Amino acid sequence: MDKKKKRLITRTIILALLVVAIAYVVYSTATKDKTSVLQVGDQAPNFSLIDLEGNKHVLSDYEGQGVFLNFWGTWCKPCEKEMPYMNNQYAQYKDQGVEILAINIAQSDFEVQKFVDQYGLDFPVVIDKTKGVRNAYNIIGLPATILVSPEGKVTKIVTGELTEQQIGAMMESIKPQ
Amino acid sequence: MEKETITCACGHVNPYGTKLCEKCGRPLTEEEKNTKVVDMRYDGKAIRSKTYNRSVVDKVWNFFSSVKVGIALIIITLLAASVGTFLPQEFYVNVGTLGDKAAYYENTYGTIGKIYYALGLSDLYSSWWFQILVGMLGISIIVASIDRGIPLHKSLTNQRVKRHESFMKRQRIVAEGEVANSEQTLAAIEKEMKALKYNVRRDGDALLAEKNRFSRYGPYINHVGLIVFLVGVSLRVVPGMYVDESMLIREGETIEVMGMPGYFLENDKFILEMHENDEDGPSGEQVRQGVNVVAKNFQTNAKLYKQPEGALPGDTDNLELVKEYSIRVNHPLQHDGYSLYQMDYRLDELYTMTFDLVNKETEKSYGQLTVQLDNPAATYDLGNGSSVEILNYTPDFAGFKDGVPQTNLPVPDNPAFVFKMTTPDTPDGETSFVAIRNTLEPLGENQNMLKFVSATTRNSSGLTIHKDRTIPIIVVGGIIFMIGVAIGSYWNHRRVWVQATAEGKLLLAAHTNKNWFGIKKDLDIVINAAQLPAYVDQLDLNDSEEKQEGDEA
Repeated sequence: MDKKKKRLITRTIILALLVVAIAYVVYSTATKDKTSVLQVGDQAPNFSLIDLEGNKHVLSDYEGQGVFLNFWGTWCKPCEKEMPYMNNQYAQYKDQGVEILAINIAQSDFEVQKFVDQYGLDFPVVIDKTKGVRNAYNIIGLPATILVSPEGKVTKIVTGELTEQQIGAMMESIKPQ
Repeated sequence: MEKETITCACGHVNPYGTKLCEKCGRPLTEEEKNTKVVDMRYDGKAIRSKTYNRSVVDKVWNFFSSVKVGIALIIITLLAASVGTFLPQEFYVNVGTLGDKAAYYENTYGTIGKIYYALGLSDLYSSWWFQILVGMLGISIIVASIDRGIPLHKSLTNQRVKRHESFMKRQRIVAEGEVANSEQTLAAIEKEMKALKYNVRRDGDALLAEKNRFSRYGPYINHVGLIVFLVGVSLRVVPGMYVDESMLIREGETIEVMGMPGYFLENDKFILEMHENDEDGPSGEQVRQGVNVVAKNFQTNAKLYKQPEGALPGDTDNLELVKEYSIRVNHPLQHDGYSLYQMDYRLDELYTMTFDLVNKETEKSYGQLTVQLDNPAATYDLGNGSSVEILNYTPDFAGFKDGVPQTNLPVPDNPAFVFKMTTPDTPDGETSFVAIRNTLEPLGENQNMLKFVSATTRNSSGLTIHKDRTIPIIVVGGIIFMIGVAIGSYWNHRRVWVQATAEGKLLLAAHTNKNWFGIKKDLDIVINAAQLPAYVDQLDLNDSEEKQEGDEA
């Protein structure tokens, strides 16, 4: 090959490799907190948690149904506000193949039970006693809502309070066809 | 139009930019021809980037190849890095949310802190522009090394024994003179140089003695070390290579270890020990540090558990005990590349509260109950037909809203209860709101009350979880770097050329990249033994001899 051409190709390859390496480092650092655990499109991390009645809920058992995961705590005011909305929408979508799993972060059975009784919640409420599921979903702020499609993929991640309308639309979006 | 080649008088075709003919060493540029002593840096080879400058790629390449650009990048990086030390970086600031961080900088450092935070200087080392700066420095190191190292290597491996007189006469150290028998003298020189551990090559009536050529590679080796180091640091962003997390764990709790999926830690006990004061007051460590109380030990007695293979997050059945360990400062619990360090603590969080159910008038007790604040029961049976039911519990009471007690946080900083007390004397039950230093009877005057008896507290331990798989790479990079520095600093590349000229004289020239004193000592021995004429130092820098040193590749 022509010496000049060879030189150009070598230089281009070396520079391109270096630029790619730097771009990767910068990109990874910039998106570290957001992507290290969970992103829309990922397979939702499977988990197994126990509800107040002592029943075990495994996410993968709900395959074929849309799952509305809601991380919450009794002290969290926005969580408290959206719970009745979720309950209303649940009544409507439960028969259409959408399940709600409300995941409490490591509170006592007593407090969670009181809360459930107070608002008459119909959907299963599980307690993440060891915070392992919270870590797996990289939940930092509450409330946090994760939508899981019937195929088990994450389709939406929302941190913060939702309106009843939003909750309805979100459940509609994960309704099995 | 750029020139492609330069043809030397000897007929050798050199690349454009060459200063000294690759074959015979004749000076090729006007500048070189006019100097007394030739520029031996890179042995007169054309620096590659200086040779071609046509396409965009070449222009970018040449930019990074420039030593001036490299030095500018080093200075900019150093200045930027030093700005990051003005105030503590964000990862040293122990606050929760982004808003808290902003407030922290403003409250602690005033307007300067606010500006510092707003400019992103509080997280400088993770900023895109700082990383790009370091990346550009990396490119500069690599490109400049390729551009200079490869031609130098070629030139050093293709050295000819016989050089042109004009090359030799332009060396810094030169000797010229009559000898009785040039062949005999050359043989004597060869013998002496060999005794001094030089590699000697002969080509007819020319001789080249050379020593420690490898020292010319020192700078390139230490550049390789730097690159390995940079690669190691960059690998931190690759998932699984680097973990730096922290968590707070209460005594008695078992929670998943942050950043260590599948592992759980149980805090059996947190211990804080102080140096004790003698009867006559502080002594020893207290006096030395000028304070009354000095901590002696921070310790967490912990148990590390692992989920069975294939278990799901949240599933805590059948946890296997991995290790039981007392984590102390500088004595982390280590497992599978992870280290758990003792970092922080919180003392005396309320854990249990004991109440006595008594009649207000007679102070007759119906029995006691102890509420475990992290796991209260719905009802407590006190026996003899008396019981207490908890109607509501708020761990961190923050007032009423629509008659319902509200809580700020899930931690029991200010616990409050609504109790329903039932005794044989009051079978319908009485309701009482009980908080610290506050009792209300919302449904009317009660006969009985819950009297606070005692409370127990527990401590929390703050641990950091650290894993760094990049350390071995960084260590290797550091070692390579130091080897390069040592090679370049403690060995010098020394060369001596000797040849018989056409006029029947003997011409000698010597060059070293460092330490001219050293090569002169070698020459003294050789000249003495071979009865040669005395050499001349053309720069004659007897008292400022260090001036030229240290910057030749």
